Amino acid sequence: MTTSSPVLPGIVGTPVSFEAVSLKFGSTLALDEFSLDIAPGEFVALLGPSGSGKTTALRALAGLEAASSGRILVDDGDITGVPTNKRDLGMVFQSYSLFPHLTALENTEYGLRNRRQPKAARRTAAQAGLDLVGLGDLADRYPHELSGGQQQRVALARALVTRPKVLLLDESLSALDAKVRVQLREEIRQLQLRLGITTIFVTHDQEEALSIADRVAVMKDGRIEQVGTPEDLYLRPASAFVAEFVGVTNRIPAENLGDGTVRVLGSVLPVAEVPVGQVAEVPAGHAPAADATAGGLVAYVRPENLRLVAGAAAGSVTGSVADAAAGSAAGSGVSATVVESSFLGSFRHTLVTLPDGSLLRIQHAASEALAIGTEVRVQVLAVTRVVAA
Amino acid sequence: MSAKVRHPLAPARATRIIILAVIGALFAVPIASMVEFTLRDPKTGGHTLDNWAGLFAPDAASTYEVVWTGIGNSLLLSAFAVAVVLLILVPTMVYVEVEFPRLSRVMEFICLIPLSLPAIVLVVGYVPVYQFIGRIVGTDVWSLGFAYGIIVLPFAHRAIKSNLDAIGIRVLSEAGRTLGDSWFGFLRRVAVPNLRGGISAAVLITVAVVLGEFTLASLLNRTNLQTALNIINWQNPFVSVAISLVSLIAVFLLLLAVSGLGRVGVRRARRRSPSKVV
Repeated sequence: MTTSSPVLPGIVGTPVSFEAVSLKFGSTLALDEFSLDIAPGEFVALLGPSGSGKTTALRALAGLEAASSGRILVDDGDITGVPTNKRDLGMVFQSYSLFPHLTALENTEYGLRNRRQPKAARRTAAQAGLDLVGLGDLADRYPHELSGGQQQRVALARALVTRPKVLLLDESLSALDAKVRVQLREEIRQLQLRLGITTIFVTHDQEEALSIADRVAVMKDGRIEQVGTPEDLYLRPASAFVAEFVGVTNRIPAENLGDGTVRVLGSVLPVAEVPVGQVAEVPAGHAPAADATAGGLVAYVRPENLRLVAGAAAGSVTGSVADAAAGSAAGSGVSATVVESSFLGSFRHTLVTLPDGSLLRIQHAASEALAIGTEVRVQVLAVTRVVAA
Repeated sequence: MSAKVRHPLAPARATRIIILAVIGALFAVPIASMVEFTLRDPKTGGHTLDNWAGLFAPDAASTYEVVWTGIGNSLLLSAFAVAVVLLILVPTMVYVEVEFPRLSRVMEFICLIPLSLPAIVLVVGYVPVYQFIGRIVGTDVWSLGFAYGIIVLPFAHRAIKSNLDAIGIRVLSEAGRTLGDSWFGFLRRVAVPNLRGGISAAVLITVAVVLGEFTLASLLNRTNLQTALNIINWQNPFVSVAISLVSLIAVFLLLLAVSGLGRVGVRRARRRSPSKVV
């Protein structure tokens, strides 16, 4: 199945598959039986910490690294042994990779020269590519005359005008300042949707990945830890690693009460009755129904799933939480002391310390400012995941 | 218009003038001494233009023929050594930097070896090699170009390496390959144009080293500019120094031309002011 682009004729979405691809650097296994299927026109982000293999996977697809075993398929054809210059892929690198001796227009038409297109045709296509990224009027500028964001836009146009089967973005926004990065990633997403081109985006920035990708593959030690929609990863993390890596989370000791509930910070949460979209899995061997004894568990709780009760209300909490969605199981919570509160625009992050010295990060309304040292109570509304300690 | 901002560590104007004067004297004093020497009259102890006039005397043409031969040979050897730099060193360095960056230090070490060996030691090593080369390609002077290609390696390597590091050749190569470049296509269309500054410097220094080389040519019994001057020196030291002065000016002009040629391409890429950055 392919989807055709209405903007640059010839650009179509192409399926991509990694089939048990392994890749070694000396004795280090950078990719370990890496498998991933990408649908035509899909925007997939490879997310992971440094050394997780995300860039290696992209470079293996581009042919810049040779896979030790496994197969890479593009448009159902095996390209594992095909040289980079014959793969017909477009790539935008992290560092500015424009050719310094060529103007923006000449850079953009570079790939078309290799495809032996007539000069007039490639000039027209290159100008259209620059227009597409909003730099049509800077065609005669040299790279050193362009800002970082403009250079990456030219690099994007250069990668797109050859009508590649797949667009590869290797941390392409990392070198840019925060504001330009956000602006450009939105532009890239809009462009990708208009062109319908299959795109793989490598990033270590989870916000970047979650905000623009159709699906995100979280990688660790050369393998995919979980692949899914941004909502899947955030709300239904498949492992403790994903729960910790994607979004901000609090690790809180939990107690298995053995009746289908767990106690977290004094809040009793029925595992089966956590709010819709939340998952509270009790690992094998710690199933509440089977193990009635108190078990050593760790609950992963998002900052927005912790509730702060301050002032007079803190003392009057009696185990009934006003939040109807959380039900009455939230309990009275535990006492804590505010140690830091950061205003982040539409919301606020407050750091509290518990009597045992552990720290919790809580997200709440920006209007609820709490002074440092304020005594509060913390209640758990929902847990994202529960694992064995 | 804003005034030029002086770097806090920049020397004062007076200090700069003193430095320039000392360095200028370092060059000017020997040259002035050479000029004075060529004007000496060995018979009277006074000064005369006879030594310079003798250079162009028709009956002296055969005497100085060896100089013309030496100049021709040195220019030929310069061209050969430049060819070694352009056709072997540059592609090899680009290839190593792109494909085997870990070997870059090894290559640097190898290229620096000629600098650490005295010329006489090099010659001892070259003698059996040249006996072999002589049997294969003859003993024409151009064969000395192989040896010169070696002795210029440290200087040429440094000039090109600096340029390679500055442009980030590896990323450019990967970008080129994803855009459909073959290896030679990338070398011709991206690497060489962006290495023009380093290549120009390498060529400049190669020509300078070859034109000034004496030891290898002398010990391997070849004639070049410096050995020719040495021969003339035994016959007439005044004329020899006069020819040295003329050679100095000619070589200076040649190097200026090489340097100018190298700048032509670089100027194109930099003809716009960086102040246009948006």
